[in-house]
Amino acid sequence: MTATTERPTPVVRGASAVAVPPDVEPEVRRPADAGLMVPILVAAGLLLVWEVLARFGVLKPVLFSSPMVIGRTLVASFASGEMTMHVVATVTRTLAGMALGAIPGLLLGLAMGWSGGLRRALDPILAALHPIPKIAILPLLMIFLGIGEASHIAVASVAAFFPMLINTMAGVRAINPIYFEVAQNYGASKYLLFRRVVLPASLPLVFSGLRLAANVTLLVTIAAEIVMADRGLGAQVWLAWETLRVELLYATLVVIASLGIALTGGLRLIRRAAVPWQVDPGVSR
Amino acid sequence: MSTTAFACDRVTHRYPLRGGGDLVTLRDVTLEVADGEFVSIVGPSGCGKTTLLRIIAGLLPASSGRIEFKGNGHGNGPRDTGLVFQEHGVFPWMTVVDNVAFGLEMQGVPPDERRARARSFIDRVGLSAFASSYPHELSVGMRQRVGIARAFVSGRPILLMDEPFGSLDAQTKVVLQEELMRLWRDDRKVVVFVTHDIEEAVRLGDRVLVMSGRPGTIREEIVVPHPRPRDLARRQPGVAELADRIWTLLEEEVRSGLLVRAE
Repeated sequence: MTATTERPTPVVRGASAVAVPPDVEPEVRRPADAGLMVPILVAAGLLLVWEVLARFGVLKPVLFSSPMVIGRTLVASFASGEMTMHVVATVTRTLAGMALGAIPGLLLGLAMGWSGGLRRALDPILAALHPIPKIAILPLLMIFLGIGEASHIAVASVAAFFPMLINTMAGVRAINPIYFEVAQNYGASKYLLFRRVVLPASLPLVFSGLRLAANVTLLVTIAAEIVMADRGLGAQVWLAWETLRVELLYATLVVIASLGIALTGGLRLIRRAAVPWQVDPGVSR
Repeated sequence: MSTTAFACDRVTHRYPLRGGGDLVTLRDVTLEVADGEFVSIVGPSGCGKTTLLRIIAGLLPASSGRIEFKGNGHGNGPRDTGLVFQEHGVFPWMTVVDNVAFGLEMQGVPPDERRARARSFIDRVGLSAFASSYPHELSVGMRQRVGIARAFVSGRPILLMDEPFGSLDAQTKVVLQEELMRLWRDDRKVVVFVTHDIEEAVRLGDRVLVMSGRPGTIREEIVVPHPRPRDLARRQPGVAELADRIWTLLEEEVRSGLLVRAE
């Protein structure tokens, strides 16, 4: 549905169509796509300058490589299937971590937002555990689970869990008390109050939590791969450093960046479908 | 004389303060509202008007005193009442139809039937084109229509309205007042209408209850003699005089209230 592109004008229609001025403009604004032209040109210009400086030897190839060389490396690494293998490994770990961490985070967040008792009981523990940089517990996980997929997915799950939990809880707590009063006044049962008010009302913050969780999970997954994997983009970055293949290092970074963008973009699409009533928070975030 | 819809008998509300002691927000409020009546309530800000509505709606317990619902055959207590909130009472995550049908949904009316009933009411308030829109796509006035429609569709015989037109511009306000008058007449509801706009209270109400500042009590009851139907879009004779009289009652308290706060 294109509720936002086809914006109804706030003019009163029907029987009572007296001359009523629109009182307040509805707040539906999308950043215009036309504004993309300038940044694309700027980026292309910078790449061109980089290429020229590299060709004339101003930039040392051992440090900077060049856009053309990086591009060729990128194509070759996908053609050989090597890069694809690494992408699949990283994406699998990230998504598995998201599933195993974000879903419990969501459920516990809803429960803690809903129940003051549960919140009081668990909040201190949460406050103690949350600030630990999740990558720091990787050695501990490796002791328990050994070096391998189990440790990868476990550390990714822990990373996804906290932002999801905290945002969901905040989402429930931020619900305007008026909505509870309306529901109570119309005699909503506990179940209907949850399904028709609490759940939808907390969705905007649930999605911010999901976006944060995705970013952190990708980061932690790649960090863990640098430490202990032979497959995955983190492992590839590390291999490129160890063998001093700067062009491969840059190529892998391009893939990692694209993966991050794809993840955020995918989540934005899901959010628009799931929360059509939310006014778009706006430019790139 | 018509029958009583509901009555408040010496309703008092105390609010425990952090430092100990109580803040008395309402003291011995006694009032009776007849079936089919439109009663306006005015008073200085902080006089407990909203608290009184919440108590009648069963959202807050009274500290003492009682409320009796008597109406012909209803007698469901607070379930007889439908609240219309100031501004944000409409759910942003539901379309207009689902918002209007919310009360029916809570009563367990099946989806097709409740949507049909909501739609026919939406037609009556001229929002048909926006039935599937979300509230953020509507103007403030249209959103308030949705809130009113929800209360009417839910079939509650007593509507409790808490400054429903407070945030509207003057022209939109007149149109919505006319609409409310029409709906009230056609559907034979009881309306308790809290407002800070004295003229609005006089123009709409059969009676105006004037409350005093904290602790809130009913200070004076003024019967509005003007015949119906009233032409709300035009100046009505006598309204200004009555409003002036009410303002005289309130003036001193409003001014002293502001002075206290300024110190």
